[in-house]
Amino acid sequence: MKKNIFASMFDQKHRSRTVTYLIVIVSYIVLEILMKTGNLSSLFTSLLVPVCAYIVAAIGLNLNVGFSGELNLGQAGFMSVGAFTGICVSGALGGLIPNTVVRLLASLIAGALMAAVFGYLIGVPVLKLQGDYLAIVTLAFGQIIKSVITNIYLGFDGTGFHMSFVDNKVKLEPGGKMLLNGPMGATGTDRIATFTVGVLLILAALVIVYNLIYSRSGRAIMAARDNRIAAESIGISVSKTKMLAFVVSASLAGAAGALFGLNYSTLLPNKFDFNMSILVLVYVVLGGLGNMTGTVTATVILVLLPELLRSLQDYRMLIYAVILISIMLISNNENMKVTAERLKKKLSRKNLKEAGNE
Amino acid sequence: MAFLSYLINGLGLGSVYAIIALGYTMVYGIAKMLNFAHGDIIMIGAYAAFFALNAFHLPLLVAVLFSVAVCTVLGVLVERLAYKPLRQATSLSVLITAIGVSYFLQNSAQLLWSSATKVFPSVISGGALNLGGVSVSYLTLITVLVCIVVMTCLTLFINRTKTGSAMRACSEDKGAATLMGINVNRIISITFAIGSGLAAIAAVLLCATYPSVYPTLGSMPGIKAFTAAVFGGIGSVPGAFLGGLLLGVIEILAKAYISTQLSDAIVFTVLIIVLLIKPTGLLGRKISEKV
Repeated sequence: MKKNIFASMFDQKHRSRTVTYLIVIVSYIVLEILMKTGNLSSLFTSLLVPVCAYIVAAIGLNLNVGFSGELNLGQAGFMSVGAFTGICVSGALGGLIPNTVVRLLASLIAGALMAAVFGYLIGVPVLKLQGDYLAIVTLAFGQIIKSVITNIYLGFDGTGFHMSFVDNKVKLEPGGKMLLNGPMGATGTDRIATFTVGVLLILAALVIVYNLIYSRSGRAIMAARDNRIAAESIGISVSKTKMLAFVVSASLAGAAGALFGLNYSTLLPNKFDFNMSILVLVYVVLGGLGNMTGTVTATVILVLLPELLRSLQDYRMLIYAVILISIMLISNNENMKVTAERLKKKLSRKNLKEAGNE
Repeated sequence: MAFLSYLINGLGLGSVYAIIALGYTMVYGIAKMLNFAHGDIIMIGAYAAFFALNAFHLPLLVAVLFSVAVCTVLGVLVERLAYKPLRQATSLSVLITAIGVSYFLQNSAQLLWSSATKVFPSVISGGALNLGGVSVSYLTLITVLVCIVVMTCLTLFINRTKTGSAMRACSEDKGAATLMGINVNRIISITFAIGSGLAAIAAVLLCATYPSVYPTLGSMPGIKAFTAAVFGGIGSVPGAFLGGLLLGVIEILAKAYISTQLSDAIVFTVLIIVLLIKPTGLLGRKISEKV
């Protein structure tokens, strides 16, 4: 029997994803109204696009860390690839596509594709390793990507792209412009990223990830995480499923990076360092591994937290650190765990009773 | 001749990495955690030595001892307050806590001593020894010597003393070690104490070579030394020594012959190649998987 679509949206399996979509859409509407009526401070307005970018990167990383079970310490590397690809594509298409939204979408897709290619190339060696060794290799790749991009000089003119690893070797025709300037990064970028496109990107990322994890491949990914040998023995190709998660995660990071990069007129390659990878990882872990709703909310709270603490000035990052440590200590406290278990049981009993009464 | 002098400089830098890597590898071997705050312990050690030398005008050896004492206490304190409650937690929670501790130490340093770079006094005179045409600065010589002494003492400690064998027992199997009457918590504290004390020594050597002290000083040497530990096989003490030395040599040679800006990329590429050939590092133990 075919169920009503609205009923199926709220059944057990889909409830969490419907809630996530609703949270994103409702907050978008509220923020848009606040912005249009001028009730949003310029500081918060300037944070909207970066928050969207961080959310998308974190959703991608959660697929990797939460569902595939591989600790990735190089997510910023993929964001970097996406960001600078996006900036180059946008710069090159500037004369061709005057419509900024179309150009932005093209840049996002280009960033995602390029990051996916890098994800695949890096995934081949990385996914042969396990555990902490895998983590350190992703860290190493993040560092390699950072130092290579710090050395790329890329220009664009009528005849196409010109690239060099030495500054003065890039010769451009008149009318051409430099897109990447080595350690100075990208300068003079058109700031075409918008909040609306950012929210659309979040929704797209959620659709992709939810559809993936509820599919056959998604179950294979989780099976490979829970027990590699058992998964292999029932015919799942573990390396293929892990690669799928890794590449999707990288491409989401790439799109996020492109969105992030096109929000600033100047972007240094150093922005995407180890700390950025760690930052995104913190959003994922605090939001809950494998929990997309948690990832979205944790990212929003943790990006805003240092800004909300701004009145405390110099102490804000210190307090941020203390909050981070306290959350970890409290959430791993035995007594707290027991209380949480009890609460859960009570709630589920209540639900059962209600179900019985129906 | 140029090659030889690069090689010796590389060994000097590698010795510093090796001492830091020992801290990472010991903590990993026994507590099975990646202590990302280790780099910031180095930073605190550098500040401690800086104040001991500059403000209190202590002689060098006393300043080093003071710095070692500060770091040891700090290391044990961090372990007690932040890591001990998380013994049963997932490794990711511990990792995030370590990152929190790292932020905490960096920002405390910034608040207490401002983010401005302080110039570390030159502690080891700039003379050089002439060894058959290759001049070796005293600083490099002392760094390498200190590293060898530290390494020897540590190996003797781990292999010959009762506490050392308790440490080895803990790294093999914590449950069995507890049953044999070993106080695992005490052993973990001792490990943190030794690792942090070594970080202080590394801090002084590092600042003697690159004389600037600032709050994020420890980040890059921390990451590099962590790489060195993995390179040699994390959990293995001789591995950390070997990994540190190799990493230092590769870095200096890459800077000299290929490109200064790309040297980090080259170091990490070598690491990846090594891990692909030997997935548990150069001297790491093979992990066999049981079904």
